[in-house]
Amino acid sequence: MQIIPLFIAVPLGAAFILAMLGKARHSLIDLLANIVTAFLLILAISVIGVKGTTTYSMGRWLPPIGIVLVLDGLSILMLVMVNLISFLATIFSISYIERFTAKAKFYAMFMLMIAGLNGVILTGDMFNMFVFLEIASIASYVLVAFGTEDEELEASFKYMVIGSVGGLFILLSIALLYGMTGTLNMAHLSQIIASKNFGIGLLFTSALLIAGFAIKAAIVPFHAWLPDAHPSAPAPISAMLSGVFIKILGIYTMMRILTNVIGIATLGRAWDIMLVLGAISMVAGGLLAIGQWDYKRLLAYSSISQVGYIMLAFGLGTPLGYLAALFHLANHSIFKALMFLNSGAVEYATETRDLQKMGGLSERMPVTGITSTVGTLSISGVPPFNGFWSKLLIIIAIVQAGRPVYAVIAILVSVLTLAYFLKVQRYAFFGKIKDTLMNIKEVPVPMCISLIVLAALCLIIGLDAFRIIQGTNASWFIRVMIEPAKEVLVNGTNYVKTILP
Amino acid sequence: MLIYVLCIILFAIGLYGIVVKKNLVKIIISFGILDYSVNLFFILLGYKRDGIAPIMMKGQDKAQFVAQAVDPLPQALVLTSIVIGLGITILMVAIAIRLYDKYGTFDVMKMRKLKG
Repeated sequence: MQIIPLFIAVPLGAAFILAMLGKARHSLIDLLANIVTAFLLILAISVIGVKGTTTYSMGRWLPPIGIVLVLDGLSILMLVMVNLISFLATIFSISYIERFTAKAKFYAMFMLMIAGLNGVILTGDMFNMFVFLEIASIASYVLVAFGTEDEELEASFKYMVIGSVGGLFILLSIALLYGMTGTLNMAHLSQIIASKNFGIGLLFTSALLIAGFAIKAAIVPFHAWLPDAHPSAPAPISAMLSGVFIKILGIYTMMRILTNVIGIATLGRAWDIMLVLGAISMVAGGLLAIGQWDYKRLLAYSSISQVGYIMLAFGLGTPLGYLAALFHLANHSIFKALMFLNSGAVEYATETRDLQKMGGLSERMPVTGITSTVGTLSISGVPPFNGFWSKLLIIIAIVQAGRPVYAVIAILVSVLTLAYFLKVQRYAFFGKIKDTLMNIKEVPVPMCISLIVLAALCLIIGLDAFRIIQGTNASWFIRVMIEPAKEVLVNGTNYVKTILP
Repeated sequence: MLIYVLCIILFAIGLYGIVVKKNLVKIIISFGILDYSVNLFFILLGYKRDGIAPIMMKGQDKAQFVAQAVDPLPQALVLTSIVIGLGITILMVAIAIRLYDKYGTFDVMKMRKLKG
C-alpha cells in the first residue's frame, strides 16, 4: 500500500514548512496545520477495515534487511486514535494558542510529535521504533516547556531527564537484542527468539524493555514526571500527551514487542509483573488524585490510574483481557482528551487552575460544563457512556481469568475515580458562581467544536456498546476497530508469518 | 568480557549521577555519560580484534572477509543514536540556561514550584 509512508512523511514535511512560516499571518498557519491534521485523519479513516497485514518496504529493501512499515489491526486502531485526537487538538489550538506568541513554532513541534507517534505505530523495525520514539519525545519536551514560565521549564527538565533515561533503557535493550540475535527487524527477531533458547539473557532484556516503556507510560514506580509535565503543557498538548502519547510510547510498544516479538510464553511467570504494576498504578494514581486542588494535576494523576487499568487488563493475557484493554485505551484517549481540553477551556476563561477559586462555571460556560459532565460520567464508568462498557469488560475479563482480588481493586478504584471527578464538578462547575468570576464568557467556537465532538463520541460509542449484551461482536465499534487489533495480540508470535513469507 | 563490565559500570555511574546529583549541569553531564555508555556498548557489539573495514575489495577471499570484517550495522545505528543524544543534550542545556535566568541558581533543591 502506497499511502502508508504518508502518515510519517506528511506531518514531517508540514513541520518543516511551518517552522519556516514564523512571520506569517496566524490565520494562514492555523489553516495549514488544520488541513494537515484533517488530511491525516481522513487517511487514518480510509485504512479502517483493511483486512490482514499490509507491509511497505522502505526503499524497496525487503524485510529482514530493510525497514518495513507494518499496517495491521493494532496499528489501524492506534492511527485512528492519534490522528483523531491530534485533529481535535489542532482545532482547539486555533483560539487557545493565541495567548502564546510563537504559533508557527508550536504547530511545527506538534507536527513533529505526530510524525513520531505515527512512526512508532507503523514501524516494523526495533531501532527505527527507538528513533521515532525519541522524535516524539523530544518534541513533547519542547512542548511541555512551551510557556517558558518557571513551572513549565522545571517540569520539562524533570520530564526530559526521566524520559531520556527511559529511552536509553530501551536503546540498551535493543543493543542486547541485537547482540543476541543479530537482527533488528521485529518479525525476524521473533523468529530467532522462538527458534533458540536465550534463557536469562532474554528475561533481563525484557525487564529493561518493560522498565523503559513503563517510564514512557508513567506506570507507578516510574511516574514521577507525569504529574508535573502534563499539567504544565498547553491544554491541547496535555490532551495529546495524556490522550495518546503515553499510550503509544508506553502501552502500544509494550504490547507490540512483548506479545508479538518476544512472546508471552517465553516470559513465563515473569509476565505477572504486568498485573502487579497495573494494580499499583491504578490504586496509587487514584489515591494521589483525590487530594489535588490543581485541576490539571488531578487529571494527570487520573491518567496514571486509568493507564493502570489498561495494563492490568493487558497483563491478564486472555483474549477478553486484550479486548478490554484496547477498548479502554481507545475510550480513555477520547474522554481524557476531552477532560484536558475542558480544563484548558476553564483556564482560558478564568485564568486559574485552582479548583478552590472556581465555582458555578456551568452557568456562564454551558458547553464546557455539559461536556465536562459527560467526561466525568464516562471516566467514572456510568452507563450509557463508553467508560462504563470498557470497565465492565475489564472486570469481567479479570473474573474470567480467575483473579478476583484484582477485580475488587478495579471496582474500588472506579468508585474512587467517581469521587475525585465529582470533586471537580462540585468545585468548578456546580453551585453558585463566585463574584470574581461574574465576567467570564464561554470559550470561542473552535474550542467548543472540539469539546462537543469528543463528548458526542463518548456518548455514541457508549450507546453503540449497548449491543455488547448480545456478544462483543454485535457492537459496531468493537467489531470494526477493536476486534482486528485484538486478533493481532491473540495471534502472538505468529506475527512473523504475516511479514516474512 | 572485562570491557563489557567496564561499560556497564559506566552506565551505572551515569545513572547514579542523574539520581543523586542536585546540580543541573552535573545532571546533564551524568546524562552524557549514560548516553555514551550505551553507545559504547552498541559499538562493542560489532567490534572484532584486528578487524578490517567492511568494504569488500576486488579479489578478496569471501570467507576471510566475513571472518575479519567488523559489523557495520552498530556503527550506523550509533551515529543515529549520537545525534539523538546531541539533540536531547542541547535541549537540556537550553532549558538549564532558562532556569538559571529565572532562579539564579543551578541547584535543583531551590526550584520547588512543583510539588506532590
